[in-house]
Amino acid sequence: MRRMSGLLNPVVLRITLRATLGRKRALVFLLAPLVLVLITVALKVVARSPAWPAEFLGVFGFSVVLPLTALIIGTSVVGAEIDDGSIIHLLATPVNRLSVVLSKFAAAVLLTIAFGSVPLYLAAAIAKGPGDKLAVGLLAGAIVAAVAYNALFVMLSLLTTRAIAVGLLYLLVWEGLLGNLIGGVRVLSVGQYSLGVANSIARSPALNAHLTPATAIVMAVAVTVIALALAGRRLSMFALKGEAA
Amino acid sequence: MSTVPEARQAATVPEMRQTSTIDLRNVSRWYGNVVAVNDITMTIGPGITGLLGPNGAGKTTLLNLMAGFLAPSRGELTVGGQPSWRNPAVFRTLGLVPERDSVYAFLTGADFVRSTARLHQLPDPDAAARRAIAIMDMADAQDRRIATYSKGMRQRIKVAAALVHDPQVLLLDEPFNGMDPRQRLQMMDLLEDMALHGRTILFSSHILEEVERMSGTIQVIVGGRLAASGDFRAIRRLMTSRPHVFLVRTSADRLLGAALIGRPAVTGVELTPRGLQVRTSDFGAFSRELAVLCRDGDIRLREVLPSDESLESVFSYLVSA
Repeated sequence: MRRMSGLLNPVVLRITLRATLGRKRALVFLLAPLVLVLITVALKVVARSPAWPAEFLGVFGFSVVLPLTALIIGTSVVGAEIDDGSIIHLLATPVNRLSVVLSKFAAAVLLTIAFGSVPLYLAAAIAKGPGDKLAVGLLAGAIVAAVAYNALFVMLSLLTTRAIAVGLLYLLVWEGLLGNLIGGVRVLSVGQYSLGVANSIARSPALNAHLTPATAIVMAVAVTVIALALAGRRLSMFALKGEAA
Repeated sequence: MSTVPEARQAATVPEMRQTSTIDLRNVSRWYGNVVAVNDITMTIGPGITGLLGPNGAGKTTLLNLMAGFLAPSRGELTVGGQPSWRNPAVFRTLGLVPERDSVYAFLTGADFVRSTARLHQLPDPDAAARRAIAIMDMADAQDRRIATYSKGMRQRIKVAAALVHDPQVLLLDEPFNGMDPRQRLQMMDLLEDMALHGRTILFSSHILEEVERMSGTIQVIVGGRLAASGDFRAIRRLMTSRPHVFLVRTSADRLLGAALIGRPAVTGVELTPRGLQVRTSDFGAFSRELAVLCRDGDIRLREVLPSDESLESVFSYLVSA
């Protein structure tokens, strides 16, 4: 019973939310949503092509706003505490290590939805109306992105001290460059999973989605589960260096 | 190398061993080619034990090994009979006060200790937190954010969090760092009191003078090896009787030198261009006599500098003794 309720630890969740929102870089979180909404409002006035909402929100939302928001948040929920050493206060207790990872992951997902997915939905709602299938589709896809990206970035922050750099490389080179050149890469690209889910509702060729909804969902779940399992395993072997010899 | 009879005795009592003994058998830890801890065997039982050694000696590595935050490269290490590496359950009986001053500064002291109590899944976390905060005398500051605390207060709130589940074994890494003398005495009294109640208290320190007042046993670590172990009193005797060398600069070095050599506490005087080099076997008597001689001879004392006080020299003296 204890083990079941221990998988999400409310104390870890609460401390992580406060720590992440309390850092100075939390202000950056507001920047992307603001830009997104402002450009959407501007485009609504000047754009001529009827496909602009899907084109703009699909590209800017799914290859810039969501991955970068998740990158900043996902790498910091565990990474920042490892850097400053405060994680030891969580780990010097009998709390299950996987539940520490899952609680921190949950905090990252909540924050990414708040600062990435919801603004994306608001922008689509401004462009096409709140009940439009593009807006609903983008919201669904953006939630998938928040989940899968954060699992990946939380894992990265446990595997390397340069999680932001490695995460950026993944986004720019793997998803951005190779994903456009080599079809097979798309099956291993979180951006495509979220677009696949978004497109299953929005049905818009302008979104540039290449995966079927089934493939997208199965792959997103697989990546999330594997990344979190690896992260939990890694945290259970968390080691501290001694004084400089 | 002397032995630690009390600790050995405690280790042979099986029920004590169950909950409160730290046992190391030939434990080594290396990073690449660098050996941080070298083949250490020791048993630390109920009571207070100081882990002493200069900076970089391997004290923190040893504490991290004990707390399960490092895997031994070789050897066996158990706390209360179970290995600590990859075994968070060990923290049901173990409390750790890390050296790094990184606490959740945005929390209030009370929040921090209560959160720790909840992470331990204590039946009444609020009561446990109140008790630990009271022990550490932090009740007045508990509703302030930790960000506003002084270094000594942070240290105390960290100890309160480590005590919240009333652990049988408490590990403290440099707990006296940043404390003023009064806080230091208070902390020592507290640790000694806990030790009297049958708990195992192990703290590290690189400043011998810091722990002069303590009773109990010590383990001296130098260069990753266990260099000496024994009780505090023996070490303290060695410390006070070891020769001290001071550089003394005055308005009349030669005059003072002549007077000093006549005093029993002084074993040697050398006139150097930088001042008088004075060797003494009794630091207390020397400092009293120096003041009297200067006053009586109307000599202006400009500077008294200890010239062999580096920790390495103190520890190497202890190790060779």
